[in-house]
Amino acid sequence: MITLPLLYNVVGLFFAAIALFSLRDASNPRRILNFAFWGLLAASFLAGSQLSDLGNGVLALGLVVVATVGMGQGKPATTGAEERRQSALKRGDALFLPALIIPAAALGGTLLAKQTQWGAQLIDPAQATLISLILGTLIAVAAAMVWLKPPLMAPLQEARRLLDAVGWAAILPQMLASLGAVFLVAGVGEQVGAVFGQYVPLDTRTAAVIAYCVGMALFTVVMGNAFAAFPVMTAAVGLPIVVLEFGGNPAIVCAIGMLAGFCGTLMTPMAANFNVVPANLLELPDRKAALNGVIRAQIPTAIPLLIANIVLMRLLAFPS
Amino acid sequence: MLVLLGIAVVVFGFLVRANPLLVVMAAAMTTGLAAAWTPAADLGDMHAAALATLAAFGKAFNDSRYVSIVWFVLLAIGLLERAGLQERARMLIAKVQAATVGRVLWVYFVVRQIAAALGLTSLGGHPQMVRPLVAPMAEGAAEARFGALPDRERFLIRSHAAAADNIALFFGEDIFIAIASILLIKGFLEQNGIIVEPLELSVWAIPTAIAALAIHSVRLILLDRRLKRALAAPQTQAEAEAQA
Repeated sequence: MITLPLLYNVVGLFFAAIALFSLRDASNPRRILNFAFWGLLAASFLAGSQLSDLGNGVLALGLVVVATVGMGQGKPATTGAEERRQSALKRGDALFLPALIIPAAALGGTLLAKQTQWGAQLIDPAQATLISLILGTLIAVAAAMVWLKPPLMAPLQEARRLLDAVGWAAILPQMLASLGAVFLVAGVGEQVGAVFGQYVPLDTRTAAVIAYCVGMALFTVVMGNAFAAFPVMTAAVGLPIVVLEFGGNPAIVCAIGMLAGFCGTLMTPMAANFNVVPANLLELPDRKAALNGVIRAQIPTAIPLLIANIVLMRLLAFPS
Repeated sequence: MLVLLGIAVVVFGFLVRANPLLVVMAAAMTTGLAAAWTPAADLGDMHAAALATLAAFGKAFNDSRYVSIVWFVLLAIGLLERAGLQERARMLIAKVQAATVGRVLWVYFVVRQIAAALGLTSLGGHPQMVRPLVAPMAEGAAEARFGALPDRERFLIRSHAAAADNIALFFGEDIFIAIASILLIKGFLEQNGIIVEPLELSVWAIPTAIAALAIHSVRLILLDRRLKRALAAPQTQAEAEAQA
């Protein structure tokens, strides 16, 4: 059966290859740093489970140090603009097929693992989507290699080109998840909830609904994740005030409260995988700014939608 | 109260534009140390707290490696880009007469939102769909109408491509009953003695999903207008100003 640990080995080898190719790229004056960064990440994937917790912490610290010193950008050999245009003309719309294999496999594999007996024997159902995503990628690469006949190392070199464009942001989501764990242990959430409950006036239904929804959004902006904000804000305001004191329907209050948090996710660089990673992937010039282009494109939708959530909760959650 | 210092570190770090990885690590250490601090704590205690925090961070880092697995798809995406996938996406959309940036993104938004509502959240995403297909198609639609794009508008269009993916996903997925956020709500309420079925929760995601679609549709119409104003041929722009 294909399981997550096996996947970690495959992805670890991938990062190790990226590290080695980075080291050999003489066009990058900072190639040692690129090698160190992708090499440490490879070590985490290949050997993380054998390391102690402190060992993994030191490894993460190493990644932070390398990223802070600053990696360069490698220049793997690739095709030029005219070459790509010619290839696109020659190959036609069939070029989309390998790209669509990935989502199709992610979907199909997930369904097989969850719905069929033999699928569950092949793919660990608990991690079906991730495993299917990797399998889909391998199928797509194999198909493209046979059809397009690029140089043998082209997939790794092209992946390195894209990974270097993403740079340190590649591990920001993972780092933020780890920060969330430290926050949890230290009880940061309870403290924020206590401050909120203590200093915000909540004497009418409308005020309580506004406080809960805006609190969900704001706390999500800080934490980068509505899942982290939800238990805290709901325990501090949602449940005791909106539901118990004013009689709101708990299912409606919680469902809409979570969505108010999602409005916060749209407005924060802390939600790195949604807001920072695409800015890097799309090579936006302002990708390092706190409010990069992606976030600025989202704020004008997020704020009216937050107001809509407040209105919806006020109208729907209470008996008339 | 001291543990809130970690949040202050995050806010300060982003304000001074320090490397976010450094900010995250600094915030984690600050939080761990603040939680352990008492007036009686000496240097040895704080040293132990620092190591314990680093270990907690390391354990969580190791446990959340699955978050970074997604980069593996770049093997396929890079290979196809090399063969002209982005160019082909532009060509395809240039053939569609009615295509504008706003309409291309609107169609993607609707498909993504419906797919997410059916639980198909993996049919999208920034490395798999936005960079190789959606952004080039949106750019291609603008290029077919207005010719070569200035950087400002090109990056605006790309930002909107990423935004459409995020917003459609967030306000579609909660309609599906087996998504993580719905299960989190159910679990939370259960701990507090309130039993709700996932379906009772997910139906209440529908009004917000409709609101998100309505609001973002208006945004995309406005985006088309803005692009038209900025990119329409210079003489017509001058004429328009003369008339105004």
